[in-house]
Amino acid sequence: MKPPPFDYYPAESVEQALEILARFGYDAKPLAGGQSLVPAMNFRLAQPAVLVDLNPIADLAYIRPTESGLRIGAMTRQRAVERSSLVAERAPLLHETMPHIAHPQIRNRGTFGGSLAHADPAAELPAVAVALDARLRLQSPRGERWIPAADFFVGLFTTALEPDELLVEVEIPALPRRTGWSFQEVARRHGDFALVGVAATVTLGPGGTMERARLVFLSVGEGPVEARQAQEALAGQSPDPEVLRAAAETAGERDIEPVGDIHASADFRRHLAKVLARRALAQAVARAQGSNRADPRP
Amino acid sequence: MAQRTTVTVTVNGQEYTREVEPRLLLSDFLRHELGLTGTHVGCEHGVCGACTVLLDGQAVRSCLMFAVQAQGHRITTVEGLAPGPDPEQLHPLQRAFWEAHGLQCGFCTPGILMSMVPFLEENPDPSEEAIREALSGNLCRCTGYQKIVEAVKLAATMGTRER
Ligand SMILES: Cc1cc2nc3c(=O)[nH]c(=O)nc-3n(C[C@H](O)[C@H](O)[C@H](O)COP(=O)(O)OP(=O)(O)OC[C@H]3O[C@@H](n4cnc5c(N)ncnc54)[C@H](O)[C@@H]3O)c2cc1C
Ligand code: FES
Ligand code: FES
Repeated sequence: MKPPPFDYYPAESVEQALEILARFGYDAKPLAGGQSLVPAMNFRLAQPAVLVDLNPIADLAYIRPTESGLRIGAMTRQRAVERSSLVAERAPLLHETMPHIAHPQIRNRGTFGGSLAHADPAAELPAVAVALDARLRLQSPRGERWIPAADFFVGLFTTALEPDELLVEVEIPALPRRTGWSFQEVARRHGDFALVGVAATVTLGPGGTMERARLVFLSVGEGPVEARQAQEALAGQSPDPEVLRAAAETAGERDIEPVGDIHASADFRRHLAKVLARRALAQAVARAQGSNRADPRP
Repeated sequence: MAQRTTVTVTVNGQEYTREVEPRLLLSDFLRHELGLTGTHVGCEHGVCGACTVLLDGQAVRSCLMFAVQAQGHRITTVEGLAPGPDPEQLHPLQRAFWEAHGLQCGFCTPGILMSMVPFLEENPDPSEEAIREALSGNLCRCTGYQKIVEAVKLAATMGTRER
């Protein structure tokens, strides 16, 4: 199908984009990579009267090192994140996740910020942003604010963004020392949206016990779902296979409420969640132990 | 009245200027405004890959971009691969598809070629697994992919960068 008519405003700067958004309010939508918005318009699921094209804003596309982490501009293409050696080095969990998102032809155009702003419950980046304790910078004519990823995602395709606000930047802190990571998902075909996916990090303490573990699922709820009970059960424990298995079981049974759809039943999703959580925790622990060995300190 | 804008795009090395509605998809611009019907349209939601073209050298879905967004950019379509209609003039990748029978009805072929050109430039000697993964964004309902994979392998041995 064809998209409905709209008025087109290419923005040259964030200020200009904000000014147009403020002028048209709920009638206007920012256009980033268009890889979710344009299909929705072609199906007439979305019918914005005004599109504010962010693509001409060159200074929203960057990956910069901070003291210990990274800052990524909202309009950075997913493909650029995938290929960045800075991301590989400083945010290996993010690096490992990128190829799971759609296909190269989609990632060439789709943006890092667009995926977060879109907040598809089956999307990888929201879950990874929560697992990495990312912070998002939102800008509006009223000023700017920083918001933790965990508070940004508020529901199905819904975020904390106000209609006159833009997501402009994401800050990703470096992983703490002795932290391992893992991203696992099951999809029907390479590039398809995941039936279930999970992002995990495990930080080991001095005695080799787990100081902190994060387990954040996608495709099992209305947004990224943090497995709180499993995380609590892991903290302070030694990372034995039985402990990890029990936590994965808890995550799949108690932390998530998946629903069934044409792609997978709720039960199958629960089953996948347990299997993937166990694999993710095991890999994260192994990596944390590897970095522990390389660490000269006791 | 719907807004209309002037757009100037370079397609296959030639500059075109047209007045269009902002909602005109790049795929429809290429087909209906420029008559370049080699770019096919299957699904218009990014899934089938038939509409894949190069935007400044990178493979993208032309059904997920508005023509106005191509303002000032360089587009390459399947028509831009061969300089002329003679078999000897075909792009090595096109020759490989011909020789290895990499197509049946041909509907998916332009999108596959436009996806594989940048893929082979970046991966001159790809494994079969990498080829299959690179093809995952292009649906073919005829071939079962076996011959397509063989054609891409053949193209790699012929060296797609000879031109
Ligand atoms: C065939 C196909 C397969 C896909 N598979 C996957 C997959 O497996 N996993 C996955 O995660 N995604 C997948 N996607 C979606 C893809 O990753 C999109 O690129 C992404 O969801 C949206 O990013 P975008 O830059 O294209 O945003 P757009 O489509 O331009 O925008 C999406 C929404 O976010 C808003 N928005 C965008 N940027 C901003 C901003 N800076 N500030 C405020 N609001 C903003 C827009 O107004 C719009 O409502 C797939 C897409 C296709 C077509
Ligand atoms: S028509 Fe564009 S991907 Fe199917
Ligand atoms: S050859 Fe017919 S769809 Fe691929």
